[in-house]
Amino acid sequence: MINNFEHEQSAHCESGVTRNLLKNIGIKKITEPLAFGMGAGLFFAYIPLIKINNGPAIAFRSFPGIIFKRTCHSLNINITRKKFSSRREAAEMLDKKLAEGFAVGCQVGVYYLPYFPKEYRFHFNAHNIIVFGKEDGKYLISDPIMEQVTTMTGYELERVRFAKGALAPKGQLYFAEHKGDISDDQIRSAIIKGIKRNVFDMLRIPGPVAGVKGIAFLGKKIKHWRDKFGLHKAGLYLAQLVRMQEEIGTGGGGFRYIYAAFLQEANAYFNMDELMQLSNEFTKAGDLWRTAAVQAAGIYKGRISAQQDFNLMGDYLLEVSEIEKKAFKDLSKINWH
Amino acid sequence: MKKEEVPQDLGSLGKITREVCYATDASGKYITELSDGWNVKTNALDVTWQDIEEKIKKAKAKVLHHEASPILFFMEKNVMNIGILSSYTGFFKWQIRRHLKPSAFNKLSSKKLTIYAEVFNVTIDELKTMEVHDK
Repeated sequence: MINNFEHEQSAHCESGVTRNLLKNIGIKKITEPLAFGMGAGLFFAYIPLIKINNGPAIAFRSFPGIIFKRTCHSLNINITRKKFSSRREAAEMLDKKLAEGFAVGCQVGVYYLPYFPKEYRFHFNAHNIIVFGKEDGKYLISDPIMEQVTTMTGYELERVRFAKGALAPKGQLYFAEHKGDISDDQIRSAIIKGIKRNVFDMLRIPGPVAGVKGIAFLGKKIKHWRDKFGLHKAGLYLAQLVRMQEEIGTGGGGFRYIYAAFLQEANAYFNMDELMQLSNEFTKAGDLWRTAAVQAAGIYKGRISAQQDFNLMGDYLLEVSEIEKKAFKDLSKINWH
Repeated sequence: MKKEEVPQDLGSLGKITREVCYATDASGKYITELSDGWNVKTNALDVTWQDIEEKIKKAKAKVLHHEASPILFFMEKNVMNIGILSSYTGFFKWQIRRHLKPSAFNKLSSKKLTIYAEVFNVTIDELKTMEVHDK
């Protein structure tokens, strides 16, 4: 059976999958920025002890799976999510749901994704795609970050669904069920919930590595990278930072622009000037993240190499941290009416 | 970022798909704009791959000097470490460490070789000779 699924490209995979899955069951008001904000997708963590591709683990978004879950929960939409230990069961469940007419979200690893360019194939397991049908033995795939839909064979799909390593997807699939539309009041309450949750994640997680504190922590550390690691390795670490921040799936500026867009859209439901002003603050933060990325590129390309260049890089992050700290504090003080 | 500032530097990804960026229009309203890529991040990807290529080259030299088995070469080529390789093959890490030695590799059963070959997307011959034709 062919689902009447409509593919729409998005900036970020999970908020895009969430939007497209909801649209497929008739909920058309949830845009990508709304899904991102309701799901409290914005985050930061710098975990030097965990190494990814030989560089420190740096995250700009929340844990995979959380955006879909939080958005649907806040909107009272039923979701089903399942991991598998058996590959056969994982395939059977997918086929069954497709036959029932569902479009199904899958968490996959990108390393064996056949349509990805070679340069992008790392062992990154938190990518999300939608399978929306099966034709001539091939699965119809909507990857939200691609312009066009594509297909995968059963073998190819099984391989990416059972990718291994950190955050292994374990065949995880998910889908949403809902009767009727959702009201503007529900959207308003989901927006408030998402913002509150994001305030918590960015301001109140204990310890130095997460949230706005984590950004400042990384800023301070970067100033020592030149002496500690040498130019080559420090450059590779900065390249890792820029990749996590700007790479496909972020919408630019480490997801800060999507969040700014979310606050603008939220304003349409609340009509509060604060939201527009705070949207500008996140735009500013995104711009500064990108200025920092240009500085980092100067270092990893070998164009600049002095200690003061690392100091400036670190200072950019300290400044970003301050902007975001103030913005989230202001968000936490909003008097919702 | 303003709409006009969305970078359009064609990179490896841009040839396959453009990507969605969020940017503001003249009135300050957020819209989406397609981007071909951005040199800053293309360079980030390039230096990362140069580093990987360097590691592959070193691994190949080690294998040719009989200091390591071809598993090392393919592990680097597939951007894996022993942990990732262990979960893909189902072998324990200590087994893989042993298979990294030429003496142990030469005694591997064809069943075990097949497992490695499949994970690395090569034939057993290619696995042994390191002569791979990129597919």
